[in-house]
Amino acid sequence: MNIHEYQAKELFQKYHVPTPGGSVAATPEEARAAAQALAGKTMVVKAQIHAGGRGKGVFKNGFKGGVHLASSPEQAADFANSMLGQVLVTHQTGEAGKQVNKVLIAEGVDIKKEYYLAILMDRETMAPVIIASTEGGVDIEHVAEHTPEKIIHLGVHPLAGLQPYQIRTLASQLGFKGDQAKQFGLLLANVYKLFLGADCSQVEINPLVETPDGRILALDAKFNFDDNALYRHPDIVAMRDTSEEDPREVAASEYNLNYIGLDGDIACLVNGAGLAMATMDIIQHFGGNPANFLDVGGGASKEQVIAAFKIILGDANVKGILVNIFGGIMDCNIIAEGIVAAAREVGLTLPLVVRLEGNNVAAGLATLNASGLHITSATTMAEGAQKIVAEVKAAA
Amino acid sequence: MSILVNENTRILVQGITGSFGARHAQLSLDYGTKLVAGVTPGKGGQVFEHGGHKVPIFDTVEEAARQTGATVSCIFVPPAFAGDAILEGVGAGLDLAVCITEGIPVMDMMRVRAAMEGSRTRLIGPNCPGIVTPGTGKDSHGGCRIGIAPGYIHKRGSIGVVSRSGTLTYEAVWQLTSRGLGQSTCVGIGGDPINGTNHLDVIKMFNEDPETEGIIMIGEIGGTNEEQAAEWVKAHCRKPMAGFIAGATAPPGRRMGHAGAIVSGGKGTAAAKQAAMEEAGIEIAATPSDMADALIRAMKR
Repeated sequence: MNIHEYQAKELFQKYHVPTPGGSVAATPEEARAAAQALAGKTMVVKAQIHAGGRGKGVFKNGFKGGVHLASSPEQAADFANSMLGQVLVTHQTGEAGKQVNKVLIAEGVDIKKEYYLAILMDRETMAPVIIASTEGGVDIEHVAEHTPEKIIHLGVHPLAGLQPYQIRTLASQLGFKGDQAKQFGLLLANVYKLFLGADCSQVEINPLVETPDGRILALDAKFNFDDNALYRHPDIVAMRDTSEEDPREVAASEYNLNYIGLDGDIACLVNGAGLAMATMDIIQHFGGNPANFLDVGGGASKEQVIAAFKIILGDANVKGILVNIFGGIMDCNIIAEGIVAAAREVGLTLPLVVRLEGNNVAAGLATLNASGLHITSATTMAEGAQKIVAEVKAAA
Repeated sequence: MSILVNENTRILVQGITGSFGARHAQLSLDYGTKLVAGVTPGKGGQVFEHGGHKVPIFDTVEEAARQTGATVSCIFVPPAFAGDAILEGVGAGLDLAVCITEGIPVMDMMRVRAAMEGSRTRLIGPNCPGIVTPGTGKDSHGGCRIGIAPGYIHKRGSIGVVSRSGTLTYEAVWQLTSRGLGQSTCVGIGGDPINGTNHLDVIKMFNEDPETEGIIMIGEIGGTNEEQAAEWVKAHCRKPMAGFIAGATAPPGRRMGHAGAIVSGGKGTAAAKQAAMEEAGIEIAATPSDMADALIRAMKR
């Protein structure tokens, strides 16, 4: 799950992580009020979409740039008026762009030096690791590749937690002294609390800045949350903006289906995540292009299959469907009956290949063959993939 | 011989009174597994009855283990309570805790793993199908089935299977059984980023197991578990191996169903894993339909 910049700012404020002032606005009037609260300071009006590259983006109404410096509340309101409700296209949004529903009116800060600071869950050590660098404001992977010595890794013990000496050492390694070292220490301790408290899998502050007047601030941040822990964070779940997500994925999540849209033309419907990935792979292996990842879970009930078919068919690129079910414990015949009923209910006309294997498979295949529907059956994954690729090619 | 568990292993089920736990406890009893106790806090004294079996239910793992001699736990406890359930098994000094539960927060697993440091208990999973050591009866009846795998697809034999994915394990096992190749033990290590046992741990056990004559490892995108296993295999493994990695077509940065199946920052790609495995002399299955045949090729080399 991704969140907006203004939501990240709210999380920082909740955990006392210093960040430039500002607030979010959904109307030009709100933008004017937000700007007035920053009176006397430099102000930046920033379009709130999840994609990057906003500053260089262009709105579909011709207005240029999703990030602007404003010199007065009136000008801030004008910029907000030009952005709100408009579609911003950046190098990350694709041609369709993203509609801007909110703008952030933030305090503009002068920068003396930029740093990089991130905390993430490290799979290998099974513990949080802090990554920091004096090279901030640029792509950290670029820094890691060209000047790896400038990247500091600091592991945190999962039970003992972040120790004061570790904070002091890191502050020193980054060159912070005196009051700045103290500010940095407090900021890092609070970011660590946020990392744990919000069940993040990653918090990345890039850049962390020192201002000419000596403040240490988190200027921009990216959050990743552990989906498994969202049940205990209703405040973070409330930050979800489904207008930023693939509508097919939003629909699938309503049916508890695990769906990820891709850009191919052969849809697949599979039970189990590993098998679903492997099904995409085998479609490609035999010369096709998978249209999606879709794991319907262990059961594959009729209702789930109907919902899954509807989501698949909502994708105009889809030219054929491969159903791949290993019916371990469930009776394959019950699964076959569900598939036939679902295909009837949605009036399926596209080529459909069903690979069934497992418990009572002979009866399941007989049900498919006797359905009178245009369903091709297969017993191995390779056979199923080859058949759907051939059918889609023949229909083209 | 087999690894981790055999037909005499006595197991208990944490969460036996939930619908999922009950269903799979029944299937394990039907398979002939020595399922000797259930644990559900507050339901101690009740009895889990199925097909003539009467399985006593206890309030705590400690009591269940002491009274029935169970040494292995199978955990079907909801995600919010699963970390506690694992540590209860550790606290009772069990040999093995097998956690089926999907959806445990990563921070919980981080703390559980750290708290297990130095304990005698091994954890398999979470988010895994469990372990099967097939029996010698019809449809492998009489074996030890811990978790949710279909028992009948197995056959007693000499191939070890280790996998991060449930249904891909069944796929591999079914291919083996259909070709007359039985299995020593099949271990699902689970699809989460932090788990109790990794590919390498299981491969080392197979390498030492006299019954195991060949190994299939099934991995997927995310992490570097498979690469680490391959590095060890290259230098130490004495047995023919085949492998498959799922997720070659997965888009980077997206979590593919399993919490641990994600390519991030260019790390954890299928290509890197396949290359490491090939370098280690592991026969790569070109497609998931080719897993058993790849092992047969490796065994003929």
